[in-house]
Formats: sequence, C-alpha cells, structure tokens
Amino acid sequence: MQKVRRVISVIVQNEAQVLARVSGLFAGRGYNIDSLTVASIPNSHMSHMTIVTRGSARVIEQIIKQLHKLIPVYKVIEHDSMVEKEMVLIKFALKDINIADIQALFEAYNGGVVNAGENMIIAMAADESKRIDHCIEAAQNYNPIEIVRSGVVAMER
Amino acid sequence: MKMSGAQMVCEAIIKEGCKYVFGYPGGAIMNVYDEIYKQDSFKHILTRHEQAAVHAADAYARVSGEVGVAMVTSGPGFTNAVTGLATAYMDSIPLVVISGQIPISLIGTDGFQEVDAVGISRSCTKHNYLVRDIKDLPRILKEAFYIARSGRPGPVLVDIPKDITSQEDEFNYPDSVDIPTYKPSYKGNNRQIKKAVDAILQAKKPLLYIGGGTVLSNAYKEVRELAKICGIPAVETLMARGVMGHDNELLVGMPGMHGSYASNMAMSESDLIISLGARFDDRVTGKLSEFAKYADIIHIDIDPANIGKIVDVDYPIVGDIKIVTQKLIEQIKDKVKPQRYEVWRSILKRYDEIHPLTFEDSNEVIKPQWVIKRLGEIVGDKATITSDVGQHQMWAAQFYPFSRPRQWVNSGGLGTMGYGLPAAIGAKTADSSKIVINVTGDGSILMNVQELVTAAEYDIPVINVILNNHFLGMVRQWQTFFYEKRYSETDLSYQPDWKKLVEACGGIGYNVTTKDEFDKALNDAIEKKKVTFINVAVDRFENVLPMVPAGGALYNMMLEYKER
Repeated sequence: MQKVRRVISVIVQNEAQVLARVSGLFAGRGYNIDSLTVASIPNSHMSHMTIVTRGSARVIEQIIKQLHKLIPVYKVIEHDSMVEKEMVLIKFALKDINIADIQALFEAYNGGVVNAGENMIIAMAADESKRIDHCIEAAQNYNPIEIVRSGVVAMER
Repeated sequence: MKMSGAQMVCEAIIKEGCKYVFGYPGGAIMNVYDEIYKQDSFKHILTRHEQAAVHAADAYARVSGEVGVAMVTSGPGFTNAVTGLATAYMDSIPLVVISGQIPISLIGTDGFQEVDAVGISRSCTKHNYLVRDIKDLPRILKEAFYIARSGRPGPVLVDIPKDITSQEDEFNYPDSVDIPTYKPSYKGNNRQIKKAVDAILQAKKPLLYIGGGTVLSNAYKEVRELAKICGIPAVETLMARGVMGHDNELLVGMPGMHGSYASNMAMSESDLIISLGARFDDRVTGKLSEFAKYADIIHIDIDPANIGKIVDVDYPIVGDIKIVTQKLIEQIKDKVKPQRYEVWRSILKRYDEIHPLTFEDSNEVIKPQWVIKRLGEIVGDKATITSDVGQHQMWAAQFYPFSRPRQWVNSGGLGTMGYGLPAAIGAKTADSSKIVINVTGDGSILMNVQELVTAAEYDIPVINVILNNHFLGMVRQWQTFFYEKRYSETDLSYQPDWKKLVEACGGIGYNVTTKDEFDKALNDAIEKKKVTFINVAVDRFENVLPMVPAGGALYNMMLEYKER
C-alpha cells in the first residue's frame, strides 16, 4: 500500500509522561515520526503536539485510533486543509557570504537575517516543510556552519 | 478524614468492594502492608512470587467479573509483575496493581530497588500512574479502578513512592470520575446497527464470530438469544469458549490454527461475518488475503482501534456487546426468518460430520484428549478450568464441554506459560463453589510451581492435571512438522518426582498411567479437597490437530499427520 505523509495534531493533558506515552506508542507499534513538536496551550491544562508521520491509509487510521486510546489524549486532528509552517535557523560564516544575498534568499522563504556577530550571522526561514527543504538546498551554496529545523506546526483552516 | 497514604490505599480497596488482594511485600510497599495488617475488611493472599500474585488477581477478575487487585514492592517486585500485567493487557482483564516505589526525593538516583515502573509498564497497561503528591492519591485510586473496568477493560498500575504512603492528608474518596479525555462509547450508532440488521437479513451464510469481549461484557444470554431467534450458526474463539454452551445446536466450534474443520470452513465460506468482541487475531485468521474472502464484515467492538486494524470492515459498530446485541435483537426479531439460513446450517453440519473434531483413542497409552473428555464427563459444568500454554491448552479448548462463560480461564493473547496454577488459585478464590482444575503440561507447571505452597497454606484445593509427555509438546510438534524432527531443547525426559514435589509443599500427588487410575485419582483429589498433582503419562508424540500452519489459509488445514 502506498505511504502518505500526514500531519496530525494531538491535544493532550499537560501532565508528566504524556510525551513519553505518545512517542512510546509510535516506537512500540513501529510507526514513523518525521517530526514532533510540542508546547503548552496558553491558559489551559493542555498541550498541543504536531506530529508528521507517514504510512499507508490503514496505518494512519490505526495511529489516530491508538492515539485516541491514550487516556490523557483529548483530541486528535488529522489535518486535511491546513496552514503548515516549519522554521529553520542557519548559521553562516561572514567570510563565506554577502549579507545582502542571504537577506534576499531568506526573505524569499518568509524570513531574514535574525542575528549578526563578529564572524557569523544567523538567518531564519518559516515556511512549509517542502519550501524549507528548498531553502536549505539554496543555503548549501554559502557553506552553512549549522542548520537547525524546528519540526512542523499546523493549524486547520 | 486525615489518614496516611497507606491507609488511603486500603480504604480505596475497601470502598471498591474488593474482598481479596494478592501480593507480596517488600521495602517500598511496607507502609501499606502495615495497614493491611490492621484491617479485616479484605483478605490478603501471599503468593510466593509477584508474577503469580498478578495472575491470581487476573483469574479472580476473569471468574468474578470484578476488578482484581494485586500488590507488589518496587524494583524486582514490580519487574516480576510485568508478565502478569502484559497477560492481563492482552486479554483485556480489569486489574489494579499497586506497586511501591522508592521515595520521591530518591527517584532518578538509581536507588536501591529502583526501577522506572511507569516507563516499563507503559506499553502493557491500559494506563499507569506515578503518584507525585498525596493530594492526588484518592483521585488516582478512584480513576485506576474506573479505567480498569470501563470501556475495554485492562490493567492499571499505580506506582506509589514510599514517602507518599507515610504522609498524611485529607481523604475524600470521589464518588464519581470525570476524565474529560476518556469517554468510552457503549451504545453503538443506531444508523450503523440498522444497516447491520439489513445486512443480516440479506445474507445467505451469516456467521457469528464470538470473541472474549462477549465474556467481558457479560453478554452471553443476549448473544445466545440473537443466534437462536435468527438461526445463525456461531464460532467462538479461544477467549470465548463457553459463551454458546457446548450443547448448543448453533455452535459450530472454535476457529483458527487449531480450530475445527467446520469452524474454519464456516469462516472461509460465510458471506457475512458478525464479529462480537473478537479482534481477528492472526491465530484466528490465518493468511489474511485468503481470510473470509466472500464475506462482508460487521465488527462490533468497544475499542474503535480494533475495528479495521486487521481486516477491512463493512459495518463498523463501536459499542458494548451487550447493549448493541440487545438493539440488534430488538430490530431483527420480527423480520428475520431462521429458515432462510437452513441450507447454510446444514452445510456446516455436514462439514462437521465429514471431519469432526476427534482423536484416535488407545488402550495401550493414555491419549491427552481422552483425559480432557473424561474430565468433562466427570466434572462437566461443576468445574472451572484454568490452563497453562501449549498442547494441553489447545486440547482443553477443543475437547472440554464448556457450558458457560467464565468457566474457562487461560492466557489467550500473550500465551503465558506458568499462568495456570496461580490462575487456579485466583479462580477458586473468586468462586469456591466450583471444583477448580488446572489443565497443564510438564513444561508449564514448573514455571510457577512455587504456588503449590500458597494453595496449601490457604487451603485452596486446586487440582493440577499434568498432561505429561516429557516434552515441551507444542514446540516439539512444530519441530516434527516444520524442522525435520530436530528436537532442539524440547525433550523433558529429566523430570522431578511429581508426587514428592507436591507432597513436599503440602499437597497430594497421583501418578497415573491407566484410564482407571485417572478416574480414581480425580475422584480422590476432589474428595480430599487439597492441592493436588495428577501426573498423567500421555502419548509422547500426540499432535494437536487440525492445524493451520502459521501463515497458511484457514481452509488449508492439516487434518492428520502422516509419518514421512
């Protein structure tokens, strides 16, 4: 069966072990996690996890049902029509680049230069995962020192 | 009222109506054991191993329908309990296991007898808790019992650090539970139920596929009635033996790897499988692409994750078997014509006549199947039967005449050798009016044999019928069939003196080599009301048949084994 990429939001009670329960479920049942982000939801006892996974239709269905079975899981949203963003931070050595080039490049990916030091600068992009892939590819021309991706956050439209 | 955490644990157990706790003390749980000493509302049974405590509590739950309770200490106490938790988890048995933990301030320091209990048990419990604040303890205990018994039942672990059981706080045991993230559905979607009714009315070869969920939901009367008013034949899984009753005309038998010919053909040829609390286990389905090829599937289960997990389902219904079956009966009873399925019933009957579940008896050597049949003739519905895992388990499931649910207690999902004896102790504790017989093998029985002492100490008369073939029989059978008779590490010719072993522990032993001796031993064991071993020398090379080789299609059964 064909594997598809899926973005799933999981709303969980903000309590000890809950991340281990979710990640343990994926590990124990052999499901993939491409990325996982989690942060608490303001003014609530809940946290929002965004998980990017892939699998056949049956596997995705099982993932969602098994997540539902976890006692602290409040809601599972299988995103269909969504806004999806991921962030990347990339560090460059000043000697390798022209700041204006980097600024222009990252502006094209909804970001820009966010920090500059004596010998290096850090640029940021926030965009869809595919576009972040492209951004990182483009950045390879400038000999990046370090690349950190955030994982996806998503919101249903 | 102010009380210690340890008192709270005991109070909760009392408030939940538990009469028995199975357990084993140790450093981190001592505060609770001190409170157990001071009360007399429930009885504590000291097993000789933590694994056995959990199995006994598990069987207590299976026989009584109540939540079983076990108690263990931290570290090795807890890790010994893990097999028990996993056994209960696979068979959806409601359990609350209380484990001691080292004091909170020491957690994470590799303290003496520290182990990450919630981490280890996460994947083999329905839910688990590490209590971090005594203020949470009453709520957690209440939730643990509620989660264990509601929805799809399962074991819940409550891990309590020692300093929490010694602290004092106000004890307000909640009357009800409100977990916003946990709301099992019981009722079943009415539109789906109506569609299922229409599908049954349209079908020509419908089949009830009855699983352990029917037992858990106490739905056997409803399921028998549904079968009866519709005239629909039924197969029952290993976990559901007894639901239909052995003398029920509509019962075809047990399907699966060691199911009857007629049952497996029924699954293969049916055009509508009505699954009631079954989960399409690989031991039932055989090769999936060949499984029930001509059938639409109605899948009724309280756990949505079971539906569509293994096979595609045409009519999914999430709900409690009892409630949904009542609704099915209500809607179908005036419309259904049992004669519609007459031909189908007669086909299955014919299959059973052609290849009945049978064995070749002998006068020279005792056949293990004969022992099971004879047991059935002598004790029948007066007994609760527990079993270990292997050939004897399959023979018991095949040949014992089970007449009611909760009469048959075995580790179906996990297949835990060593389950039988502690389970027999739990089963007898739950219902002492029944004769309790553990059908076991010379391999399995040694895995929790220390429980003979428990049974003797507490005067729990359980009869262990050892089908002794001097082999790990099931593995030996596979080696015969699939490994060219290379009997790698399965020969158990070196044996203990069974009679001396059980007598050293305070029981009675019988060595049986003839059919007459078996009858005498069994009748004597029943009369003596003591823990007993009936060591029956059976045919060493008897195989469990029919057999669907692992991964084979259900309709391709090996009906006999011919020496090559």
